[in-house]
Amino acid sequence: MAVEVRIPTILRTYTDGEKSVAGEGATLSEVIEHLEGNHPGIKERLLDREEGSPVLRRFINVYVNDEDVRFTGGLGTSVSDGDQVVVLPAVAGG
Amino acid sequence: MRYDSLLDSVGGTPLVGLPHLSPSPDVRLWAKLEDQNPTGSVKDRAALKMIEVAEKDGTLRPGCTILEPTSGNTGISLAMAARLKGYRLVCVMPENTSAERKQLLAMWGAETVSSPAQGGSNQAVRVAKQVAAEHPDWVMLYQYGNPANALAHYEGTAPEVLADLPTVTHFVAGLGTTGTLMGAGRFFRENKPEVRIVAAEPRYGELVYGLRNLDEGFVPELYDETLVDSRFSVGPRDAVRRVRELLDAEGIFAGISTGAILHAALGQAAAAVTAGERADIVFVVADGGWKYLSTGAYEGTVDEAEERLEGQLWA
Repeated sequence: MAVEVRIPTILRTYTDGEKSVAGEGATLSEVIEHLEGNHPGIKERLLDREEGSPVLRRFINVYVNDEDVRFTGGLGTSVSDGDQVVVLPAVAGG
Repeated sequence: MRYDSLLDSVGGTPLVGLPHLSPSPDVRLWAKLEDQNPTGSVKDRAALKMIEVAEKDGTLRPGCTILEPTSGNTGISLAMAARLKGYRLVCVMPENTSAERKQLLAMWGAETVSSPAQGGSNQAVRVAKQVAAEHPDWVMLYQYGNPANALAHYEGTAPEVLADLPTVTHFVAGLGTTGTLMGAGRFFRENKPEVRIVAAEPRYGELVYGLRNLDEGFVPELYDETLVDSRFSVGPRDAVRRVRELLDAEGIFAGISTGAILHAALGQAAAAVTAGERADIVFVVADGGWKYLSTGAYEGTVDEAEERLEGQLWA
């Protein structure tokens, strides 16, 4: 599955300043692995470990087609051709 | 309806149907008009409740100075209540909020400390914490972590919705401090657990996410994700498009964040139609459009409006 991955300013040091990069995979997990292959070091900034399993870092939000993946299966969220994956740091509103 | 004072009139807002935007008689949309609170936003509920609880527990005493980080509405609500109750109010507000908000705060007698645009409300929170440390006698109500913020919706907004519309299936609101969704979410979990709680989060321009490092990220202390069923990130283009649809089709003149909330609500409506399920979807109209006229969101094409909102805290 070919997807578009939007990278926030703060992580563009890993993508040579690119705002948006091509991603591959059937799940978010696979997309992040593929991203790591092209942009080494980025995975470590996105993921943490909790009881031995990888989880998204607390201040990282990821959306597939605008929906927060924490409510759609987390790293196991499936992605389809043409989906947009947006990575954003968590910020305050109000 | 008659009240003893303006403060007594907070809450009890109308719930109105949207006959034109609802996709079918079985899938209906309803707007909870929080813009009809005294200062024109849903934040009147939280501000008043935070003050009342702080008065009751003795944190807030006559002559106190209240300090609060706010991108606008909470500050305006606090300013009104503080004026009527005789408190001084100091707000820490990001400099990239609309001019109307600054003017309104000044009108109600609040003082404003500006925080840098870069980093948005995160910076306002950080600056407010510094100011609080310099003035230990000031009272920071701190909407992001104050349970009274959610309590206002647990005791007010959500029970009002259930009383007016016992067949409610979805509750959709904006996610900022998370107070509305946490309070309403807890109420529905306890009283009608099948109601789906849906969050719409504004997605701003890049400037707002310009943190120096990821450890500067912020999740409000109030936030409990088990009280939410799905969460959507809505950009300025969809928010502007929907806020204009709401005006054109139903005559409701709402603020830009309400466009984002309506976008999420319409997504739920479309899903219900596809699934062949009945739905009564309530969404919160957080405020009216008046305070955002100067942003340019209501004139010209959607492309132009989207461009003008870049870098602004529009919700």
